[in-house]
Amino acid sequence: MSPFTILPVLLPLIGGILMLMARPAGIDTQRILSLILTSLLVGVSLVSFQLANSDIYQVVLLGNWQAPFGIVIVLDRLSALMLLLTSLLALGALWYAIRTDTDKHGQHFHVLFQLQLFGLNGAFMTGDVFNLFVFFEVLLIASYGLLLHGGGRLRTRAGLHYVVINLVGSTLFLFAVGTLYGILGTLNIADMAVAVRNVSEADQGIVATAAVLLLVVFGIKAAMFPLYLWLPGAYAYTSAPVAALFAIMTKVGLYAIIRVHGTIFGEAAGDLAFVHIEWVLLLGLITLALAALGVLAARALRRQVAYLILASVATLMIAIGINNEAALAASLYYLIHSTMIGAAMFLIADVIMKGRGIYSDSFTKAIPIDRPIVVGSVFMLLGIALTGMPPLSGFFGKVMILHSALNHPWFAAILSVVLIAGLLMIIAVVRSGSLLFYSVQKEEGQKTSPLNKSAFVAVFLLMLVSPLMVLFAKPLTDITSQIAGQLFNGQAYIDAVLSTVPYGDNSK
Amino acid sequence: MEWLVASVISVMTGCGVYLTLRARTFPVVLGLTLLAYAVNVFLFSMGRLQIGIPAVIDPAAAAYTDPLPQALVLTAIVIAFGMTAFLIVLALKARSELGNDHVDGLHRSDDELKATKHNSTKAETERSES
Repeated sequence: MSPFTILPVLLPLIGGILMLMARPAGIDTQRILSLILTSLLVGVSLVSFQLANSDIYQVVLLGNWQAPFGIVIVLDRLSALMLLLTSLLALGALWYAIRTDTDKHGQHFHVLFQLQLFGLNGAFMTGDVFNLFVFFEVLLIASYGLLLHGGGRLRTRAGLHYVVINLVGSTLFLFAVGTLYGILGTLNIADMAVAVRNVSEADQGIVATAAVLLLVVFGIKAAMFPLYLWLPGAYAYTSAPVAALFAIMTKVGLYAIIRVHGTIFGEAAGDLAFVHIEWVLLLGLITLALAALGVLAARALRRQVAYLILASVATLMIAIGINNEAALAASLYYLIHSTMIGAAMFLIADVIMKGRGIYSDSFTKAIPIDRPIVVGSVFMLLGIALTGMPPLSGFFGKVMILHSALNHPWFAAILSVVLIAGLLMIIAVVRSGSLLFYSVQKEEGQKTSPLNKSAFVAVFLLMLVSPLMVLFAKPLTDITSQIAGQLFNGQAYIDAVLSTVPYGDNSK
Repeated sequence: MEWLVASVISVMTGCGVYLTLRARTFPVVLGLTLLAYAVNVFLFSMGRLQIGIPAVIDPAAAAYTDPLPQALVLTAIVIAFGMTAFLIVLALKARSELGNDHVDGLHRSDDELKATKHNSTKAETERSES
């Protein structure tokens, strides 16, 4: 156990408070401070990743209370990966926000940004279900602020939907947690996994109900059918850097499914083992089919990108639903890819939208944008990556997922849905690309706004993740298979959490 | 007593769900508040219903109630309180910006069209005006 472990959670919290106090110093100071803090967080996450890269779990007992009685913070390989991914994504989104002056459109952008990171990192590291609820609320309240940042009619409407559905989700979360506590008598994830083995036959139905209710809650966060309807509006109408940062928000729901359901209802849970898994697979398949139709039907680029994000989340759900080690490893590879590329896609949609002036991002004939070759090539590469065409990372992720599905009883359904949805998305993205870049006409009096080069750097760097993931596919898949192996060995997690002794206690 | 508490929770949840599904923002806020109340009572009863037993250490007591659900309820109340306040402010903002208090805000037929076409410019002019 190292006290350093808690730093990824503490740093953004302290950072958020600092940003609040730095407000009188002006926006420039805030920007510099925010960039420094986020870069520091990248460094801290890298060290955490190094720290977690062993079979030892880093467990911190908050308040020095022994495990089932106090709240624990656990750093394992999966949390470390999520921390690193979040901080890198945040750095890109923050850079874009600063270079395009998005943070000037309202108050407290940087404060909310740091608190958002605080909530995300806390959710990735906590080992307690109720504490997970609290961190969910922290990241939600920050995300409400960020989503509405800058204002505007459509943004307010989308924000209202987002807030209401998430408040309902919080209520359901409490119902599920309360039910689980009532039967299992504990809220520590590791301790719950032990308690669930001894549930009497009469209570198994209640525990299974609570498990599925919890799946509904995480399904709202992950935008699972039929609870995804808030996503296209919310992501399409918010500002681009916020939408880019939100690419990780849907992954929080997936992470919670892997962590909470995977640990509590893992192989050792007896009759209740994997009660949730068929639901995840089935709903993932339905979500993917509907997301592909949404991509086809979208009338504006940002909405299309939102549906593309939904499709990538659905693919991840399917991979989790396949439920074997290879599929989980593949899904983690795909998760890194889809988060980074999805974020880059939102940013380039913003670049295109700004370049087209009054025509915005609607699929109509418009004036040509500035530097169409550069922007168009990046858009094409991102499209290739996100729809899963070779040679970029989306293709490899999908191939690995489909390969791991071959022995699954539903393999015909999985293969056909994933492949047909992929085809539909390719058609839609090709159509929108040709509309945006070829169907143009110069107009008198309509001046094209020049490309914001320094902001474009963020898009370019995020896009570079995809070819890099292909070049370094071997070490990366080694890491993801190690993570998956650690996740499937749930007993080690339970032992590590429950056997950690408080400081100064030498009785054991 | 179990029967009474259970029916209270169910009636509150039922009313909350009904109100949340209404089309205007004020009933939705009320519905979410009712749902929050219901879940608080529910969490409380998950520590089992007991009468006249202290929650914290009392040397004279024969038994204790479970103090954890009470701590959970306290956290849940604070969070629900803050979220409701936020939602009310947001509903007021939506009322003034959208011109009506419908949850689905837009009721002008040309709005969607304008939304997709002129969103960026409109947002900019709005911003420069304000």
